[in-house]
Formats: sequence, structure tokens, C-alpha cells
Amino acid sequence: MSDIEFPSKILENAVNEFSRLPGIGKKSALRLSLHILKQDKESVYRFAEAITTLIDEIKYCQNCFNISDSDICSICSNPRRDHSLVCVVENVRDVMAIENTHQYNGIYHVLGGLISPMDGTGPDDLTIAPLEEKLKKGEIKEIIFALSTTMEGDTTNFYLYRKFQNYPVKFTTIARGVAIGDELEYADEVTLGRSLVDRQPFEKNVQ
Amino acid sequence: MYLKHLNILNYKNIAQADPEFCDGINCFVGSNGAGKTNLLDSIYYLSFCKSFFNSVDSHNIHHDEDFFVIQGTFVRNDQEEQIYVALKRNQKKQFKRNKKEYGKLSEHIGLLPLVMISPSDERLITEGSDQRRKYIDSVVSQYNKLYLDHLIRYNRALSQRNALLKKYDQLNSGVAAQLDVWDEQLASLGEELYLRRSEFIEQLVPVFRELYSHISGGDETVDIVYSSHYQKGNVIELLAQNRARDLILGYTTIGIHKDDLSLLLSGRPVKKEGSQGQKKSFLIALKLAQFEFLAKYNGFSPILLLDDVFDKLDMHRGKRLIQLVGEGRFRQIFITDTQRERLEGIVNQTGKNSRFFEVVKGSVV
Repeated sequence: MSDIEFPSKILENAVNEFSRLPGIGKKSALRLSLHILKQDKESVYRFAEAITTLIDEIKYCQNCFNISDSDICSICSNPRRDHSLVCVVENVRDVMAIENTHQYNGIYHVLGGLISPMDGTGPDDLTIAPLEEKLKKGEIKEIIFALSTTMEGDTTNFYLYRKFQNYPVKFTTIARGVAIGDELEYADEVTLGRSLVDRQPFEKNVQ
Repeated sequence: MYLKHLNILNYKNIAQADPEFCDGINCFVGSNGAGKTNLLDSIYYLSFCKSFFNSVDSHNIHHDEDFFVIQGTFVRNDQEEQIYVALKRNQKKQFKRNKKEYGKLSEHIGLLPLVMISPSDERLITEGSDQRRKYIDSVVSQYNKLYLDHLIRYNRALSQRNALLKKYDQLNSGVAAQLDVWDEQLASLGEELYLRRSEFIEQLVPVFRELYSHISGGDETVDIVYSSHYQKGNVIELLAQNRARDLILGYTTIGIHKDDLSLLLSGRPVKKEGSQGQKKSFLIALKLAQFEFLAKYNGFSPILLLDDVFDKLDMHRGKRLIQLVGEGRFRQIFITDTQRERLEGIVNQTGKNSRFFEVVKGSVV
């Protein structure tokens, strides 16, 4: 939108920076910039500082590559969690999603992406080597694949499985099927079909 | 199933029309460019969520307007189904069934089965193998949703493998390990697609032969032969054997994306051997076989659209075609023709319920 005429170069510069954020266009960027101008200075300084601190001080856990304030994240350093159970996920948001379920007591391994030659991402761009290090040390009993059910997610699962299948480890993958609370007639046919193929013994449901 | 009522606004050259149809043969007659085929296309749109002719949706809007609307009232299993589609320039199209918008358009495909026979079917004979694969895919995915899902995944995996092949030109262990993974997925998804394609062709061909001999009068033999790498051996091995070549070319040379159908008349390619009338009979028989297949699968007759079918057929073939249509396996049919008298003569012979619509410069009289 080159047709916005800015009364100030400084404002224009701020708008340009905001509009580089995902999901923010020129109009929203202008709205945000004008909003900030109306705030008291203290709160704006706090906001700016949060951003610079974020970029300066955030760390990635040396063990699982989750976002962390220290070298080892709070999940990996928690002795009550089961360190022999490793859940492989694509990114930090997936860790947060699984943590929010409060159903998982193992640790994570964040790959940092999925194998996708179209986006220029190969196995070497992912944290596969550190995962293999952990396997070599023999600390892991089970690896849970929790990647998206896309072609790229499946391929990455498959690649990891082929690479690691000779280690004495159990490989599992999260179940795919009908969402809880859904009525069957509204479930999409592909998912429903898959749920039938992967049906489970009823006792599991009664627990 | 039949279409009771249609309401069109600004679709192609049709500014406004709301014809009421009969549960039998509906005929659109008028001169060239009047809008007969566009009427058929609007019915096609309600079934497939897209035009038979134009893949660019905004091209279907009447030149001077910003939007089009097509509404149809169908009777299916004794229940009325209101289908609504609207497209405004530069906006997402709305597609509703009984006033409820669909989440995904693919959920609608197959609800209102329909077969269109059109002069542009000739592409199946004259153009490349992609047309024939597209044909199989479009029919099978109408009744098998899993097929469409597998196909989308297959194409995605194929693009990924090709991207990998373009990036490297030498085989090393790293590339090989990645290719292993893509190959395995392509081979297993491909096998599923191959099996569904084979089943479809296997069921289609006998019906097709019978229909062709009915239309042609019996002394010509036709065949459709499906060919695929899956018939030549283990596809995983074939993919592995051709890796070096694939790396040089930068794309995948093995797989179901290379499948083809040979269309044969007396054992030779109909593309070279067939006259115009024979080609047309071939395509009509193929499409009617598809109709029979879908009718059997659904347990009721699809809607049949016949665009300009009598053109190029000799009198005998035209007559036999109409005999077929009159035999009652068909329920609702829409036919276009430029000559009212000719069509009236033909339609009356069938003894079916019929209604004629005069199409003049984009409006229905």
C-alpha cells in the first residue's frame, strides 16, 4: 500500500518495522504505531525492553532445544519427569500444546522443523544429530513421534525411524482419529476411515 | 435424483434465468452463442463446485457485473436440497447446502452425481496422458474420498522428491537416505491409487464395450487398456534403479503420475484410426459407461448433461444413442441443440417426459 502519505519519516519507519511482523499489514501497522504514541512512555519502554531482552537473553535448552531461560529448560531439569520417555515435536508451540494437556510426564525433543525439500529444509537443518547422541548414551527407552499429519510430518517420522530403528528403543506415534466430543456423522471421511483401521481394544477406553 | 428449479444471475452470458425443469428430458435450443452450454455449465457447477470449462472462477462472472449466483433445488431421496453458490470478484466463493456453508468444498463432491458429455471430451483422445489421468481421478474421487486424500498426499510427496532431485545432481549417502524415505511413501501411496484405478477401469471396460457396440451397430471392437509402472515390477526397486537418471533430469520418472490409458479401436489407437464420428461414439460410450458405474455405485441415476451430442454422428448412431437414452436407465437429462425440429423428433421417439427451452442471447424463454 504505497498510497499512504506519512506526515513523518519517523512514523513511516515505525510502520515499516511493524509491518514486517507476521499477519500485520500496513494498515494494522499504522494503527499499532498510533496506539503506541498514545501510551505513557513508561509502558512503551517496558514493551521495548521486553523485546530486546527476548532477543538477547532467551536461550535454547541444550538438551531438548525448547525455549528456556537457562541452559537446561525447566522440563529437562525437573527430576520428577521421566527422562527415558522422549516426545519428538516440530517446534516450541507443540511443546506448549502438549504441556497444556497435563497428560505427559516425559521430556521433549524439538526438531526445529520438518524435512521439506521444497522449503529447502533437509535432515541436516534439524536437531537430529543431538537426538542420536542421546540414543547412543542409552538413556532413552521410548520415542514418541508427535509431528503433524502432513506429508512432511510423516516423512520426517519415517526418516527418523529408519535412521534409529537399530537402537533398542520403542517407537510410538500419537493416535489419529475422531476428535473427542465430535459426532461421527460430522467427522471427515478420511479421519473416520483411519480411526476404523486403527481401532483399539475397548478395555483401553474404559480406563 | 433430479433438478427441479434453477436460478441464475450473471453467470457467463446469462444475466438472469429461472427455469423450472421436468423430471425427464430438458432441451435447450437456440443459435450459436445463445448460452445453451452455459446453462449446462451452471448445473455442472452446482455438482462439482466449479465450471466444466473455466478453471479461473472470476472468468465465469458476466462481463459487466461483479458477482454471479447460481441456486438449484434438487430432489434427492425424496428430500429437497437447496444448493447455493455465489462468487463476488476478488472474494472467496460461497457454497451452501440448505443455507449452511460448507467447510471444505470437497465435502460436497459426490452428493449430486452428474455426468457431462461435451465436444471438449475430445481432449481425452487427442491430448497427453495427463488428461486421461485427470479423467480417472475425477471419476474415482467422486465416490471415494480416501482416494482424493491419497492423491493429494501423493502429489505433495512427488513435488518434494522432485525438489530434492533438483537440488542435487550427484547421489551420495545423505541424498540416498532422504530419497529412501520419499520413495517408500510414493510407492505405498501410489500402490493404493493404482489398485483403485485398476478396479475402476476393470469395471468400466465391459460396460463401455457393450455401449459402444450398441451405438456403432456392432461390428467394431474397442478397448481401453490401463498401463502403469506397477504392472512392471516392484516400484520401490524401480524408483531406486532410476535414481541416477532422475537426478540428472531433476524429476521423478517412475510412479502412477506416469500412468496412461490406451484407447483402442480394432486394436489400434483411436486417435490415429478413428473417424470423427467414431471418436465421438467412443467418447460417448466411455462417458455413458461412467454414468452406469456411478448409477450402480450410488443406487440412483446421476444427472446427464449432453452438449451438442448429435453433431458428427450419422443418423443411425444418433438414433441408437437416443434408443439407449429412452431405455430408462436414465432419469433426468439436459440436452442442447441448435435445431429444435431435429431434437423434437428425436426426443419424442423416446416417449419420455420432456420440456423445451428456447435460449436467446443469454435468456431462457
